[in-house]
Amino acid sequence: MNWSHVFWQAPYKLCMDGWNGLGTFLYNNVFGFVFERSWKILWPALGETIYMTVLSTLLSYIIGIALGVLLVVTRKGGIKPLPKFNMALGTIINFLRSIPFIILLVMLLNVTLAVTGRMTGTMTISFPLTISAFPYVARMVEGSLMEVDGGVIEAAKAMGSTTWQIIWKVLLPEAKPSLINGFSICKTTILGYTTMASVAAGGGLGATAVTYGLSYRQYDIMYAASIMLVVLVQVITVAGTSLSRKKDHRIR
Amino acid sequence: MLEAAAPETPLIEVRNLRKVYQVPGGEVVALDGIDLTINRGQIYGIIGMSGAGKSTLIRCLNRLDTPTDGQILIDGQNILAMNNKQLMTMRRKVSMIFQSFNLLMQKTVARNVRYPLEIAGVPKAKANERVKELLKLVGLEDKADAYPIQLSGGQRQRVAIARALASNPEVLLCDEATSALDPMTTQSILALLQEINREMGITVVLITHEMAVIRQICNRVAILDGGRIAEEGTVDDVFVHTRSAAGKRLFGILSSDEEDTVADVPALRVVFDGGKEGMPIIAGLVKSCGVDVNILSADIKPINGKPYGQMLIESPDDPLVRLQVIQYLTEQGLTVKEVRS
Repeated sequence: MNWSHVFWQAPYKLCMDGWNGLGTFLYNNVFGFVFERSWKILWPALGETIYMTVLSTLLSYIIGIALGVLLVVTRKGGIKPLPKFNMALGTIINFLRSIPFIILLVMLLNVTLAVTGRMTGTMTISFPLTISAFPYVARMVEGSLMEVDGGVIEAAKAMGSTTWQIIWKVLLPEAKPSLINGFSICKTTILGYTTMASVAAGGGLGATAVTYGLSYRQYDIMYAASIMLVVLVQVITVAGTSLSRKKDHRIR
Repeated sequence: MLEAAAPETPLIEVRNLRKVYQVPGGEVVALDGIDLTINRGQIYGIIGMSGAGKSTLIRCLNRLDTPTDGQILIDGQNILAMNNKQLMTMRRKVSMIFQSFNLLMQKTVARNVRYPLEIAGVPKAKANERVKELLKLVGLEDKADAYPIQLSGGQRQRVAIARALASNPEVLLCDEATSALDPMTTQSILALLQEINREMGITVVLITHEMAVIRQICNRVAILDGGRIAEEGTVDDVFVHTRSAAGKRLFGILSSDEEDTVADVPALRVVFDGGKEGMPIIAGLVKSCGVDVNILSADIKPINGKPYGQMLIESPDDPLVRLQVIQYLTEQGLTVKEVRS
């Protein structure tokens, strides 16, 4: 495909043949070309990206929710204040959060090997991805839980609830809309991290874009992969926002 | 006025309660030696200005706040010595409602009311039945599936009351429960509290800064000022014979009181303390003593349907007539005092 040819021809086609003419021209010269040639490359890459994102998000949420709850419950003025523990936990989380993913990925290579039995690959990268994401998730969950009205927790306390009951029946359900929103934000962030998988010989759309764009100079594939990433982020964000709104009973 | 049906037995006893908050650069004494006895079946009002410590006091009663020093006995049990488990059992007997209602915003009305039953492990079918009863009691059967956001303030407080009653409490603590409501809604919530007190025999302890609330439903009242009880007694008594400066500041009715009111001319202060309902005092005075009565000021309000307040009338110049007037008014059961200009 010749980009300059497309660039100069497109307005001409629009003037001469109208919109239909332009459409045919673009299909013949850009999209059709990209689709036919790259379908076999992009389709599996999309699957890999979704796989890595979903697996890492779920794993980091299992750890992150637990830590987020601990952070809120043990803070000063929380349901079960343990200031020293809270500070230690907060420090560790901040420490982990401050290491950029690409560096953590390299730092953890040996640990990754020990845990997953491999050092590289699409599936393997979910491990460092989880390690890198869970502190972020913990802070996100903490933020959501902090939004819950203190008065409601106090009322639950006054009714004779145990700490567990407050966590399960008050804190988490009341924060649900905000947690859903946070979930979609974390998912897009983790989706962004997956694009660095190419460093560890992982797959996915990001690795495809980098490989084809940087190494082979096949920009059509790079653009197509990027467009797919953009669409994916849009879908996650829109779905998250609408689900959060739908689940929020504070909206009349 | 409501009298408790049961013999007057103390339910809540507070002894020398102190609460000191540590703040940067010192400490704040919120409660400074409170002694209180609240009897079973009473509606007990605690009134005070902002910062008088009333919120701290009521929050100590179910140990949402832990006092620094002192003793609180509920039904003879020292709640300050309780462990976590005992505390939870106690809190199911001592319910609380709040100024901001504090409902679970993501749960329906029915689920809100069911919450105390859920945490107490009541079987679902039985709990649902009880929820229906409670919603009927507060007049919100048709709102069972609504979410709190869809309700008005008064309706939300009704849900909170239903929720507070779910665990069959002995005491209902009301933390400024009507302060966020308009006067009409306040009336209906107070009527509901009164009904609960009368029908179910639940002791009600309420704190407020509104006189009207105390006047309307309380049997006894304590005036809190600077972390101490300035005055305590039956509502009728405290209103009429207000002794403390804090009380005088709070009550509009015996306004700007005795020491500070100065009439321009020699005057008589006539105090209405609940007797002589619907008696034409002034007309009687004119007839029996044959004097012209000049009213300088008057501020009389009904409390529990009886007149309370004071009136300032010009004192007759003739000492004999003055004596006659004082005698007549005293015979009518009013308190009369001479005020010099």
